[in-house]
Amino acid sequence: MLKIEDLVVAYGGIEALKGISLEVEEGKIVTLVGANGAGKSTTLRAITGLVKPKSGSITYNGVNLLGMKTQDIVKKGITLVPEGRRIFPNLTVLENLRLGAFFRKDVNTIKNDLDWVYNLFPRLKERSWQMAGTLSGGEQQMLAVGRALMSKPKLLMMDEPSLGLAPMIVKDIFNIIKEIHNQGVTILLIEQNANAALHTAHIGYVIETGMIKLKGEGQDLLKNDEIRKAYLGENVSN
Amino acid sequence: MIKMTLDMFLQHLTNGISLGSLYALIAIGYTMVYGILRLINFAHGDIFMMATYFTFFGVLFGGKWYIVFPITIILTALLGMLVEISAYRNLRDAPKISILISAIGASFLIENLAIVIFGGRPKAFPTIPLFTSVVHIRNISIQRLTFIIPVVTVILLLSLLFLINKTKTGMAMRAVSKDHETARLMGINVDRTISITFGIGSALAAVGGIMWGLKFPQIQPLMGVMPGLKCFIAAVIGGIGSISGAVIGGFILGIGEIMLVALLPSLTGYRDAFAFILLIAILLLKPTGIMGEKISEKV
Repeated sequence: MLKIEDLVVAYGGIEALKGISLEVEEGKIVTLVGANGAGKSTTLRAITGLVKPKSGSITYNGVNLLGMKTQDIVKKGITLVPEGRRIFPNLTVLENLRLGAFFRKDVNTIKNDLDWVYNLFPRLKERSWQMAGTLSGGEQQMLAVGRALMSKPKLLMMDEPSLGLAPMIVKDIFNIIKEIHNQGVTILLIEQNANAALHTAHIGYVIETGMIKLKGEGQDLLKNDEIRKAYLGENVSN
Repeated sequence: MIKMTLDMFLQHLTNGISLGSLYALIAIGYTMVYGILRLINFAHGDIFMMATYFTFFGVLFGGKWYIVFPITIILTALLGMLVEISAYRNLRDAPKISILISAIGASFLIENLAIVIFGGRPKAFPTIPLFTSVVHIRNISIQRLTFIIPVVTVILLLSLLFLINKTKTGMAMRAVSKDHETARLMGINVDRTISITFGIGSALAAVGGIMWGLKFPQIQPLMGVMPGLKCFIAAVIGGIGSISGAVIGGFILGIGEIMLVALLPSLTGYRDAFAFILLIAILLLKPTGIMGEKISEKV
């Protein structure tokens, strides 16, 4: 579905990605784990056209995404839940969700998708008239996910959805990710919480200082000694 | 103390309201652009000036006002969009100071082009009796325009608030004003949204310019400078970024200025200084302005 080859992205003279290749197959949950500054977010930003890669290729169902504008990439069914949620605090919850469906013309099915999102996150329905800025952190994350779902994505990418959330809410978020996946959405997930991410994902990639270090099935990576040492600590699941 | 009859007071008040309405119309353009780009569009006052010339030449070439006015508004909106595309668009990711300097450059360019093309000598703005004739109520004699201006302003303000709060375009504008990048992720065409914002702001300045020309019927290429500065001040007083704030600021400035001159005629020469003193005061006392957005925000 999504294929990245030898992708190099540089900020100024510094290469954040030094030629990574990865593939997201349709129907899978794929995760990219790694430490701060490893290049995880940059990968997602390159896919959505928010940063311009120096070289390499990104294709989506055979279509070259390089050089396309973000607003057109989104229309192809790729959506990003950005790091830090980035909801619009000055808009109501409902308006945020409507913005997710901004480019869609199929007015009737938007209504169904809104019901679907409200079903996934009943809290958002209760608060639909509230300004999004007044929601709690966990609610804002739900809104960010709900907003992304309103674009009816085929590929949903999430950048650190568990960041800064209480452990109970993190659990909810990962359950929701599985639920969304069960509805037929392919997922590319970025996490520092390697433990939770690898438990959820079919395929995992480990990225370190701009290079892919390991690739494997989520369960296998969990058993990998190197990973256990570097990302999982002994028993600590950070 | 100056003795003032009720009639006189009412006359001053209507004058103040009508001047305040004009300030408000122009101030909205500053506040909208600031809201979406965090930029003070210094060329805004000059765009306002250009509108008066569009009308001047339209009428000169025999156009009827009901044809010339809409054409003026459209041309001015296009001019505003052209300034954005040529002077600001390529600097979106540049440091703030670059785009600010570009704005000052755009302002000087328009002013000097106007001097070259139209000549520096003032021109007489056409009088249109429907607007400029005088009516008498009790002992007050007032131009029709004095009543027309606030009414037009209120209608435009309500339409603008509807556009911003109730339409899809308005929702996109509000989203872009908070976060360009995330707005792009929603599939919003950010450049187009910014263009529309400049178009609307400039169209309002055009309406302001036409009515300004009718009220003070002498136009010249630098006429946009002082109203431009004052309306910028009005926007700051009201809380830059807030549309209702710009309107409130415009009225405070307009009514305050007229009342100052009326109550203390000896200070007439300081009329323009009033705006700047008010600016200093507001920056000292409440830098975010009357309706300014609160800085604190949950993250």
